[in-house]
Amino acid sequence: MTSIGTGYDLSASTYSPDGRIFQVEYANKAVENSGTAIGLKVKDGIVLAVEKLVHSKLLVPGANRRIQTVDRHIGMATAGLPADGRTVASRARDEAASFRDFYRSPPTLATIADRLGHFVQMYTLYSSVRPFGLSTILGAVDKDGPALYVIEPSGVFFGYHGAAVGKGRQLAKTELEKLKLSELTAREAVIEAARIIYLVHEDAKEKEFELEMSWIGPETNGQHVAVPKDLFDEAETKAREALASGFE
Amino acid sequence: MERIDYQQLKAGEVNLGTSIMAVQFSNGVVIGADSRTTTGSYIANRVTDKLTHVHDRVYCCRSGSAADTQAVADMVTYYMQLYSQSTGTPPPVHTAASVFQKICYENKDQLSAGIIVAGWDKEVGPSVYNIPLGGGLFRQPWAIGGSGSTYVYGYCDATYQEGWGRDETVNFVKNTLALAMSRDGSSGGVIRMCVITEEGVERLFVPGNELPKFWQGTEVLAAPKGKAVPPEPQVVPMAVE
Repeated sequence: MTSIGTGYDLSASTYSPDGRIFQVEYANKAVENSGTAIGLKVKDGIVLAVEKLVHSKLLVPGANRRIQTVDRHIGMATAGLPADGRTVASRARDEAASFRDFYRSPPTLATIADRLGHFVQMYTLYSSVRPFGLSTILGAVDKDGPALYVIEPSGVFFGYHGAAVGKGRQLAKTELEKLKLSELTAREAVIEAARIIYLVHEDAKEKEFELEMSWIGPETNGQHVAVPKDLFDEAETKAREALASGFE
Repeated sequence: MERIDYQQLKAGEVNLGTSIMAVQFSNGVVIGADSRTTTGSYIANRVTDKLTHVHDRVYCCRSGSAADTQAVADMVTYYMQLYSQSTGTPPPVHTAASVFQKICYENKDQLSAGIIVAGWDKEVGPSVYNIPLGGGLFRQPWAIGGSGSTYVYGYCDATYQEGWGRDETVNFVKNTLALAMSRDGSSGGVIRMCVITEEGVERLFVPGNELPKFWQGTEVLAAPKGKAVPPEPQVVPMAVE
């Protein structure tokens, strides 16, 4: 960023003279410091994967999950401030539940992404609040099939075939582009997702990390669940092998 | 909870003492209604349209209080407009029916509304939902409602068959309503019908003088002839002592 400070970055309710809101841009910086999260939309489902950086050996394995369930058929993975992720997930669950209550049918992901986008955007308008330091990948299989959205700290959201947010997003995106996402099965996508997370993790610079993966597909009966242990272990083993052979 | 006496509504209230009906068939639904609106014994409107538009392919048949059902239908119309604008797709029939049900159930103490919701959607094709007085929600292959419906349940049970096409279904609705209108004093006038399919909504009209005719019992029967009439029993005054 060229123009830092100069008084226009103290509040999210003030534009800079060239039309930017610095607080929102700083929120994006918070996302860039976070471990990578990716989402894959394939022909029969969705796969979410997260590189969860473990900053202490004293942490319980599996704690502070960054993949959360919004509704039976909707999952989300976040990159950024973990606490903000919990807030957005909680709001997402409220929105999904209220939709179900009113229309008596499961919400489409487009509807939830739209409502969450509005929610996130509200935090870019007032001096009394701080924008979410969070990029959210939403995945679901709804009545229109698999769907994948990303919501950014500004509140904008787009639909994607493959999405990557966080520290290793650039490399992850190039890897995602190489895949034929619309031809992959969910099971194949789990293997690819694990490989990409292992690939983008910078061993030398970073601490330990935990791989977190969830999926929605024919084998999960359309529900968002963690990848089962046998498939998870297979994917992790293959990811390590792919990484080792890549260095030869 | 205190029960509501639906027979004794507010004095002077306009009611749809009604015969309404909806039937699903292979690629659509046929809905129909009589056209009588009453205030007590006075016919306030003899050409009423009780088939009310909710969305492009979703209609409802209204029975009960005219004011209540119009208000509820207006609310649902608004919500369905909101739904299609915000999702970019027309609402499924089930969605419209659920919203009707929610309003009818949550306000059951103030409302007298018996509504049939029917239409066509991309997800399930044709469907019919019945929302009777208490605010329940029931999907049915055919539904009848209003005061006139009580006279024709047997006819419907005996006549309805699965796998009908458009014309057979239209005839079924027309005949059922004509029968209900002939027995129910609070139903009558003309028959209005709508055929809702993926392609569109077709309105049908049967004038009051062209209603299907059934047995009408016009002859006044005389005493049977050619047989001996049993003698009147003799009435003898009781003896008083």
